[in-house]
Amino acid sequence: MSSATANETAPTPIEAFARVEQAGGPLLPLRKTGLARFAERGFPTTRDEDWRFTSLKPLADLPFLPTLEPSDQAFNQTEINGITFGRHDVDRLVFVDGHHSSDLSLISDQPDGVTVSNLADSLSELKNDISSLSANDENPFIALNDAFFTDGALIRIPSNGRLAKPVHLVFLSTAAGDGQAAHVRNWIDAGDNAQGTLVESHLSLGQAATSTNVVTETRIGAGANLEHIKFQDQSDSTVHLASLHSELSKDARYAFHSLALGSRLSRNNLRMRLAKPGIECVLNGLYMTHSDQLADHHMIVDHAAPRCDSHEYFNGILDNQSRGVFHGRILVQSDAQKTNAKQTNKNLILSDHATANTKPQLEIYADDVRCTHGATVGELDDDAIFYLQTRGLDTKTARRMLMHGFAGEIVDRIQHDGIREELDQLVWNRLEDKHHLD
Amino acid sequence: MNAHTDTIDEFVASDYKYGFVTDIESESLEPGLNKDVVRFISAKKNEPEWLLDWRLKALQHFEKMKSPTWPQVKYPPVDFQDISYYSAPKKKGDGPKSLDEVDPKLLETYEKLGVPLHERARLAGVAIDAVFDSESIGTTFKEDLAKAGVIFCSISEAVQKHPELVKKYLGTVVPYTDNFYATLNSAVFSDGSFVYIPQGTRCPMELSTYFRINAANTGQFERTLIVAEESSHVSYLEGCTAPMRDENQLHAAVVELVALDNAEIKYSTVQNWYPGDEQGRGGIYNFVTKRGVCKTNAKISWTQVETGSAITWKYPSVILQGDNSIGEFYSIALTNKAQQADTGTKMVHIGKNTRSTIVSKGISAGKGQNSYRGLVQVGKKATKARNFSQCDSLLIGDKCGAHTFPYIEAKNPSASIEHEATTSKIGEDQIFYCNQRGLEPQDAVNMIVNGFCKEVFRELPMEFAIEAQKLLDVSLEGSVG
Repeated sequence: MSSATANETAPTPIEAFARVEQAGGPLLPLRKTGLARFAERGFPTTRDEDWRFTSLKPLADLPFLPTLEPSDQAFNQTEINGITFGRHDVDRLVFVDGHHSSDLSLISDQPDGVTVSNLADSLSELKNDISSLSANDENPFIALNDAFFTDGALIRIPSNGRLAKPVHLVFLSTAAGDGQAAHVRNWIDAGDNAQGTLVESHLSLGQAATSTNVVTETRIGAGANLEHIKFQDQSDSTVHLASLHSELSKDARYAFHSLALGSRLSRNNLRMRLAKPGIECVLNGLYMTHSDQLADHHMIVDHAAPRCDSHEYFNGILDNQSRGVFHGRILVQSDAQKTNAKQTNKNLILSDHATANTKPQLEIYADDVRCTHGATVGELDDDAIFYLQTRGLDTKTARRMLMHGFAGEIVDRIQHDGIREELDQLVWNRLEDKHHLD
Repeated sequence: MNAHTDTIDEFVASDYKYGFVTDIESESLEPGLNKDVVRFISAKKNEPEWLLDWRLKALQHFEKMKSPTWPQVKYPPVDFQDISYYSAPKKKGDGPKSLDEVDPKLLETYEKLGVPLHERARLAGVAIDAVFDSESIGTTFKEDLAKAGVIFCSISEAVQKHPELVKKYLGTVVPYTDNFYATLNSAVFSDGSFVYIPQGTRCPMELSTYFRINAANTGQFERTLIVAEESSHVSYLEGCTAPMRDENQLHAAVVELVALDNAEIKYSTVQNWYPGDEQGRGGIYNFVTKRGVCKTNAKISWTQVETGSAITWKYPSVILQGDNSIGEFYSIALTNKAQQADTGTKMVHIGKNTRSTIVSKGISAGKGQNSYRGLVQVGKKATKARNFSQCDSLLIGDKCGAHTFPYIEAKNPSASIEHEATTSKIGEDQIFYCNQRGLEPQDAVNMIVNGFCKEVFRELPMEFAIEAQKLLDVSLEGSVG
């Protein structure tokens, strides 16, 4: 246990747990184990290989104040409509500081067997599911989430079913006090041949130094096809810690897109297990950082069965003193013959003080495989800028176009038309107010 | 292919040619590691006070350190008290004055290994320093080199004859606190080579060291230091073999290279320590720290062909301190039987316009596990730094593994870093194509592997390239994919 208690008066996670214990509930054993596991390990330090480039100081400096009760702040639908993706025709499930808000949510009638709801009301039924995919992970933040999670989304699509509309999960951070920590848990279960599109947004409505710890488990059935877009645009003072554990079945297709734009410190742990043959898994990410932000993506794609394809594409645009961290490991087990795996990480550094750390790794125990990885770090190509200038564009526009194109490589992989277009526009607008264009 | 398993077995069983033991009386220290052992080694070599102090500081530091666990290799913990830290062929009287007085048995050993120590080796045009267990037994062509002002001798001799040079550079590139095995080496290093190339000199011949472990239960801890003064040039080769034994032996070497302004050092290694048997019994633990520092416009190039050792753990690195300096790393690592290799390089870009190239070829066969681990680091001030890395792995058989762990850290926007890696196996279609053209499957594999490694062979001095190619062919005997 290192330094969650920097502030003398704030409770430690162990002290804060008393309230969770009092509340009881069907998952109390899991919560207790989680707390014990966290107490044993404490916060990771940069001496841990998995956290080598990601210092948790911004978090350690904050008191630990889990938002165990819903806040009494009131919002209305109009405010929510104004947020990113707010105007799309979607089913919307809204969580404020880790608590479900039925007033803000908008769920249309779902086809038979489809569940789109919050998870806290179905805990007894989910008792054996929650943590079944994340249990073996050593990450102490999962243990902390086990202990403190309040609510999150429950999405179930039965075999051969599909979601009526894309589902938009909105996680708002509104807490006004520094150190308020929302713990969110999502359970997503797509049956055989199920289909759907899922959007997950993490946004802040304040400037306080809050933190979000979200753990998502997705089970994807045989032949299912799921697109999952995660959009993290919280305020620059927040800490965002996320873990995604997915288990894929035969011939499933799963595309996960991560856009990390906000938070002072953001970390996405992605753990994909390709357990059956014929799977196609795409992890696709864009991080754009400025000031002293740090965006970290840390993934392990475990090829445990033959004939699976996995692709990881991550692009980063790093400005000011910010840092982009990429850790990707493709693990090909000895049975996973005919694996086709590809991993790329490209970084564009815009300032003299930005840092890119990248670790694209391959660990291969099967011989009949085709695995490649590539990583690049660099600045915008002078020749390309010059070319655009000769076509009559000013430097600023030329630079912006090139950066937009670089981000576009990632955004273009999003299949959902409306969401892709909105993100594309958003990236273009973000690039506009950047001083480095000159 | 039906013959597949048979031939793989055959391949795994292929012989290690250099596994013989020389029956020679030697003087070995009792196993154990403590201050007295360090004092003994130091006294044996008649070392000055500062060097003994340095060794003792290293030992003190070592006692606080823990064995590293991050490499992708598995081995039982090494008992450092169970190793003899000094072993040398027994000398008669004061020891040989020249090679003619060296024990003929030793000369025979090197003859058998194909290393010509006698002056008739002039034809080969390579000067050799031969290290047998903990001692250098002789260095050829000393006079010829002296004419050019080049110093090439064992490091023990250098401590006696050129203490000012040793003191100035020893530990400047790899300090005694550097890492677990380098610290151990600093405390107990026995012998190794010392090379000094004066300013503006191009070393007239290739320099070479041949390391041989002979005695049982000993560790070999050699220390090599190469200093290239301004605008000088040297090409240095090293080769290594050891007898076949059932227990593991430790080899923890440190190599330091200093390339001053405009100097160039080319360092080539063909490492063929005894790899152990297919069950993983015996073989050398090769835990080596190699690092060079480049001043302005200097260049250091590492080329390695790693075919031996039960475990190889080695990262020849270049610190590109001076502006416009260049670092290169070309590597072939072959793991067969139960061999494990975790090898790669570090390129640390500090100066402006520094460039580095990394080409690593890993070949895994049998139950071999082969990892590339590398770091490319570009500091804040390394404007316009360039790096290109390519790591390719080839898998032969389905029980082996190939892994890649590159680290890239960039802190300068004008840096340009590219990393590429591929992993594949020899395609049946490729072999079929060669069969069609009348080549035996074995020849086809050799040809494909040689083609795979071509970019690295090209970097080796010619005689070495031929040697290395043969070594790879022998190691791959029977490995039809």
